[in-house]
Amino acid sequence: MDATLPILILAIPLGMFLVLGLAGCKMSHKLAGTLGCLGMGTTLVLAYYTAFTYFFSGSPEFVDAAGNRLQALIFNQTWLAFTDNLVIRLGFLLDPISAMMLVVITTISFMVHLYSMGYMRDHHGVYEHGFQRFYAFLSLFSFSMLGLVVATNIFQMYIFWELVGASSYLLIGFYYVKPSAVSASKKAFIVTRFADLGFLIGILILSYYTGTFNFTELTSAPVEGLAGVFQISESTAAGVKSVFESSATPVFMGASVLTWALVLIFMGGMGKSAMLPLHIWLPDAMEGPTPVSALIHAATMVVAGVYLVARLFPLYLMEVSALEFVTWVGALTALYAAIVACTQIDIKRVLAFSTISQIAFMMVSLGVARPEMHEGLGYMASMFHLFTHAMFKALLFLGAGALIHAIGSNDYTEMHGLRKYMPITHWTFLIGCLAIAGIIPFSGFFSKDEILSSCLGNSTVIYVWMSLVAGLTAFYMFRLYYLIFWWKEHKVHEGHHAPHDQPWTMSLPLIILAAISLVAGFIPFGKFVTWNGKSYDFMAHFDWSVAAVSLFVAVVAIAIATVMYRKENPLPEKMRAAMPGLWKWAHHRFYWDELYMFITHRIIFDGICRPIAWFDRHIIDGTMDAFATITNKASRAIKPLQSGQVQLYVWWYLLGALALGGITMLCLL
Amino acid sequence: MEIKAIMLLVPALIMFCCGVYGFITRRNMIAILISLELMLNAVDINFAVFNRYLWPDAMEGMFFTLFAIAIAAAETALAIAIIINLYRSAKNIDVRDLNKLKY
Amino acid sequence: MESVGSIILYTIVALAMVVFSVLAVTTRKILRAATYLLFTLFAAACVYFMLDYEFLGAVQIAVYAGGIVVLFVFSILLTTHPGRNSEPLASKSRVLGAVASVAMLLVAGYALVSRCALFVAKPALETPTMQQIGESMMSTSEGGYLLPFEAISVLLLACIIGGVVIARKR
Repeated sequence: MDATLPILILAIPLGMFLVLGLAGCKMSHKLAGTLGCLGMGTTLVLAYYTAFTYFFSGSPEFVDAAGNRLQALIFNQTWLAFTDNLVIRLGFLLDPISAMMLVVITTISFMVHLYSMGYMRDHHGVYEHGFQRFYAFLSLFSFSMLGLVVATNIFQMYIFWELVGASSYLLIGFYYVKPSAVSASKKAFIVTRFADLGFLIGILILSYYTGTFNFTELTSAPVEGLAGVFQISESTAAGVKSVFESSATPVFMGASVLTWALVLIFMGGMGKSAMLPLHIWLPDAMEGPTPVSALIHAATMVVAGVYLVARLFPLYLMEVSALEFVTWVGALTALYAAIVACTQIDIKRVLAFSTISQIAFMMVSLGVARPEMHEGLGYMASMFHLFTHAMFKALLFLGAGALIHAIGSNDYTEMHGLRKYMPITHWTFLIGCLAIAGIIPFSGFFSKDEILSSCLGNSTVIYVWMSLVAGLTAFYMFRLYYLIFWWKEHKVHEGHHAPHDQPWTMSLPLIILAAISLVAGFIPFGKFVTWNGKSYDFMAHFDWSVAAVSLFVAVVAIAIATVMYRKENPLPEKMRAAMPGLWKWAHHRFYWDELYMFITHRIIFDGICRPIAWFDRHIIDGTMDAFATITNKASRAIKPLQSGQVQLYVWWYLLGALALGGITMLCLL
Repeated sequence: MEIKAIMLLVPALIMFCCGVYGFITRRNMIAILISLELMLNAVDINFAVFNRYLWPDAMEGMFFTLFAIAIAAAETALAIAIIINLYRSAKNIDVRDLNKLKY
Repeated sequence: MESVGSIILYTIVALAMVVFSVLAVTTRKILRAATYLLFTLFAAACVYFMLDYEFLGAVQIAVYAGGIVVLFVFSILLTTHPGRNSEPLASKSRVLGAVASVAMLLVAGYALVSRCALFVAKPALETPTMQQIGESMMSTSEGGYLLPFEAISVLLLACIIGGVVIARKR
């Protein structure tokens, strides 16, 4: 495949960032927005074309004779050559997951670009301050995320990984005059940076032992006769493992070094994907504009952690303990986030915790995937869920944005009974809720069902656990749905006009995403994305009993939500009174933030930083100050000697002359 | 009785010491200048005396005195111009009080 | 052997020189100090006459007594309020100054007295005539002073300009 189009996929958003960032303030708002949308639209077309070519052209560099999908290095430019072994390349790797991610990112990004044209202005049509800056940052983010998914080596991935973190920081702090937004952006930056420390160490360990950064050398074997084409290969991963095992120190603190490297790399993913205990930044990140939440903190950036594990999946397969770690982190996070989501009042926070929970589903799915069970169904399910979740969660966020735009508050107590006023938002939001709850035939049903099937194949405990979380998901989503659109009649405040549906720029993305959420489940994903490129019909692994159970759980959960929240009634209050402790803990997100505050402020700041600061201020600075003070005092003391009065000088001169004269006299005597 | 060199040098020395005393104790700038003139004159007398008693045929000492007088006149004129200018701006010629530009 | 008259003259001159210099630096009235200075200068002129340097004595009287002291008096009148004494000196600094001066007097006096050559008598001398003085002033040969003479003239010019610049009202 020619490299021009793939390069353009990266170059257009980057160029758009430069144009809007440098010249944006000279443009009108409308021009800047239109330019951003046009740029992203072009990227969308190119990405679709690239993905279509990859999946359907049947070209020998993309699919071999047996129907296995291959990895193609479209280009791989040497960027920094430190030594013969240590070479950092920048390139474009096309394989099933990167092609799928191209589609997801460009779709959501384009929808968000379009949607923001309507969202980032008030009811009188006045554009918000910094509108051009907003589009510049969106373009920067799109560029970084696209660069991340097509990375050919782990170092390029790390570079773009940091770039998405930086653009996420910029966009969370978009309203930089709001102190809460500023602190949220700082929190997100610091927490993910802390996680990335682990990622970097993991990268260094991995590359130190294997001597390479390239994914293709870590996980795949070259295809004979075709340059730059590779196939996922377990034997390469096994070779990597044997490199570790034959090293001088194969075991470190009770776990193999490869496990350590993989767990540390996964730590970066935990930070980006907001897994327990590094999840605390994501709910606060909702301070950013809602389209940003939809794009970055629901659909694309936060799944980077999942993508990272999927990218290195053959290596993770070599160390089952690392995969189990992934599973359990995911399972705990999923349950935790689902419980917390049931008690939040801010609709964006509910969606944020729902996002955390759903990403944890993907993690669990990767963690339980084994090639010997259902041909690695979990991997496919995880990617499938990533795809469908991106669509319906972006839909839900954009719908929430429309509600917030109409009401001017994030709080569902201000909303209640909006279904008559905002029909488009209502129906699309309902589709999103049904999809995430896993009701047939919406997309979430299929992907979630694959996940549960693969869980069952691995361990019953995980299966029951995740089914419970799936039920909770359905419950809290419908609780949210009913509290927004039903509960009681909407009160229109005096002096306010009644809320109404949004302009077409906002409605169109909602409708498109709703349509995708409706039909995406029927995509035969197993034909496209599998862990080793081997196509299979996942319906063959479809377990109807699992589907029936999960459907039953979802319906029961929805029914409970309906009973509790459809009409105004005292049941929720009774529930709350029945388990006050649990409610309080969940409402305060199990006091994770307070725990972090305690650790950072009480232990690190007070216990370590303050003594160090004291030492610095009093001992180090004190020494320097003492030098300065002594010099100062000494100069003050000898200053009168240089009084500028000639008479004084004459005095000294006279004394000197007398002394000399006296000495001469004594000598002569 | 003859007038020997020493008999002229000793009064000149006393004059010089008076100049020194005045220079280091007086505060008025003009008084300081007067003390300076005293010292200068004592030195002038020394020049003349040594010339006359020790090398009567030469005239170096006398010429030195002559030039010293000329230079003293110039120096005094300039110093007094400075003093008057100072007085105009500071209304004071006491050296203890003229410390505005110190340090 | 000198005449009695010259001995008397010497005594008067020496006494006047010592007494008036002491008075010039100890009086508290600045105008009186200038007057005592004038007398001291006259005494110095007398010394020059006694040494047969008549031209030098004349210059001393003309330049010092006639020029510089008048300058002093003018500037004193310009810068002091008439009749006001300068403040009494702190006794500490007076005593210190006196001690230093006396010490200096002793040291230098000892140095003078211990030199026998200083006790020679005055040799006979033809008073240098104006012609001699003028010729050596203009001469460029050995014992000629043309260069210092010119240097002094430039100095005086510079001094005039400097005086004008400094004293000019801005």
